[in-house]
Amino acid sequence: MATTALHPAAPTYRSTLYDWVTTTDHKKIGIMYVINSFLFFFLGGLLALGVRVELAQPGLQIVTDQTYNEVFTMHATFMIFLFVIPMLAGFGNYIVPLQIGAPDMAFPRINALSLWMLPLAGTLLILSFFTGGSAAAGWTSYSPLAQDRPLGAVGPGQDLWIVALTLIGTSSILGAVNFLATIFKMRAPGMTLFRMPIMVWTVLVTSVLVLMATPVITSALIMLFIDRNYGGSFFDPANGGDPILYQNVFWFYSHPAVYVMILPAMGMISEILPVFSRKPLFGYKAFVFATAGIGALGFSVWAHHMFTTGAVYLPFFSLMTFLIAVPTGVKMFNWIFTMWRGQLTFSTPLLYAVGFLSMFLIGGINGAFSASVPVDFAIHDTYWVVAHIHYVLFGGSVFGIMAGLFYWFPKMTGRMMNETLGKVQFVLMFIGFNLTFFPMHELGLAGMPRRIADYSSTAGWNDLNLAATVGGFLIAFSMLPLLWNIFISLRSGTPAGDDPWEANTLEWATSSPPPPYNFDRLPEIRSERPLFDARHGQQADH
Amino acid sequence: MASDTHALATVEHSPVGSLAHDTRGGISNPVLGMLLFITSEVMFFAGLFAAYFNVRAAAPQWPPVNPETGEAFHLAILPLVGPATVILILSSFTCQMAVWAIRRDDRVGFIRAIAVTFTIGVVFLLMQAADYILLAEEGITLSAGTFGTTYFTLTGFHGAHVFGGAIMLGVVLYRGMAGQFSARHHDAVEAASLYWHFVDVVWILLFSLLYLLPGK
Repeated sequence: MATTALHPAAPTYRSTLYDWVTTTDHKKIGIMYVINSFLFFFLGGLLALGVRVELAQPGLQIVTDQTYNEVFTMHATFMIFLFVIPMLAGFGNYIVPLQIGAPDMAFPRINALSLWMLPLAGTLLILSFFTGGSAAAGWTSYSPLAQDRPLGAVGPGQDLWIVALTLIGTSSILGAVNFLATIFKMRAPGMTLFRMPIMVWTVLVTSVLVLMATPVITSALIMLFIDRNYGGSFFDPANGGDPILYQNVFWFYSHPAVYVMILPAMGMISEILPVFSRKPLFGYKAFVFATAGIGALGFSVWAHHMFTTGAVYLPFFSLMTFLIAVPTGVKMFNWIFTMWRGQLTFSTPLLYAVGFLSMFLIGGINGAFSASVPVDFAIHDTYWVVAHIHYVLFGGSVFGIMAGLFYWFPKMTGRMMNETLGKVQFVLMFIGFNLTFFPMHELGLAGMPRRIADYSSTAGWNDLNLAATVGGFLIAFSMLPLLWNIFISLRSGTPAGDDPWEANTLEWATSSPPPPYNFDRLPEIRSERPLFDARHGQQADH
Repeated sequence: MASDTHALATVEHSPVGSLAHDTRGGISNPVLGMLLFITSEVMFFAGLFAAYFNVRAAAPQWPPVNPETGEAFHLAILPLVGPATVILILSSFTCQMAVWAIRRDDRVGFIRAIAVTFTIGVVFLLMQAADYILLAEEGITLSAGTFGTTYFTLTGFHGAHVFGGAIMLGVVLYRGMAGQFSARHHDAVEAASLYWHFVDVVWILLFSLLYLLPGK
């Protein structure tokens, strides 16, 4: 298993840099996705620290109101569009072809194109800081706030933001086309749809969401661009336009985008929990249908972000939003009963997976509050909502990403990561995360609005804000053991071997890191756990 | 195991070469990729169409009054838009004839039909540009309220897609004249023709919406 007979055509000498920049290998592209995403994670994290330092106590200490608007806008933009979404696409890129026994993605060169659009878009966003200020209308960029008018978004920052997001969207769409063609056409013999690893299923559903939803935000961005630059009046009520139109088209993408940001992370922990519980995933098919259900329902709930506009039909969108909790609940049941009476090994990947479970549960429950229209009227645009999205996207997605990183790092590099450092990082991050975001529930209930740089010292929000700031620095501090861990593991980590976790899926049937085109030969695929079958004597005689 | 090794060993040039076509038959990767891409394009236009219906439904009267002339906006089917519509629909037929020709290995017929399709695409774009000039003279521009904004955004993005499709057809024509397509290998032709049909269907919807649907 550890070697391969397949090599690309006789290599002339090329520098490593040239090799990586021009590669079409899904594994190298996947790793570059991950690295690029981490860079923007740290950049977005610095901006988040800017927010927390400003809010640590009442008054304006370090930034002006306008700068504060830029800081939280770019924090969300980096984290959503250049960290979580591409990070999961990166893991998908690396893992999906391996898990279905394919030599590469269906369109390797388009895959490279998808990757390289991301740093380009990121560069545009960073440049916007030096061209008179970045976008500052929030990551939602509602009209009229994002329009080119006094008290709106004057200057090129907003336009650069629109162009960058259109690029990122195009990258996502091409990536989704690639994933779907790969999953539908490139599966190894025996790898039927219902033998695919859950990770592949979640990437499949995610890709459908990206394919159907992302073009719609592209249309919204283009309308905004026309309004801003060519005298259009899509969102201008003075000329017959409608600002609510923007919100509808924007959320038609941006709600499904939430599932784009969580489903692959769910797929990751669904790979990890069975391996570290020494049991198969409980209710494989139920999990698949729940994933598809979340994807389908995801298109019918966008207007729950717009309850307070008075322009949407509240009972329908409230009901559909509550319905999302049903397939999500099915998944919680799957995960818990996968671990139930399993032989748990508390390695770092499992710790992060369990962290995902518990934190995402809170994120699900505090989100359901907002699904109830009367409650939403009270907590709309307060810190409750900030708490909710961070419990989902940090407690969920980031914990899932960390779990996936520790789980697949040995496959990607051939080296194990350090367990002790991993556990230290987990504890720091877990405490820091809850210290930052749990108080925000209380702040939201106490009426603190989101997106403000200053607040009254007599509002009673001082202590909780200070606690959140301390937590924010704890999260930042928890990145140090991670970076050190990656550094020393790359340099002198324990060699991993093909299958360090005794895992179930095909990526562990090849060497670590896998050779170009991945497989010399594949084990027989007769269930969703081909390696388990091979290890435990159910393999066919040859 | 022996069969697996054999399957890989038959590949001559690249280990992934054979996988561009699913050996079990069915739709080829490039054609599936194009269909998926068209799906995303449908959703892009759905967003723009939704915007059109939104402003139209909210307007007290449609088409609204042109502030320059004091009369309701009017879009003329003649002299340009009607003929342009007819030839664009015809081009879908010539495009399909090209596909059928190359499936029969009739390269001459294929090149002829693709050349006609490509030419029609270019003529359509020229007619659209001329129509834009006529409209601008009547005061219908991108900045003339929601009517002009939606009209030029919808038709403009359609025109951009015709442009993209014409580039694809140009590449297909060039490659066809270089002899790169045969009855066995012509995925690019199939994919480009699917895209061209899509562009045509979008125009039929747009034409019905903008020119045929009665005002209110």
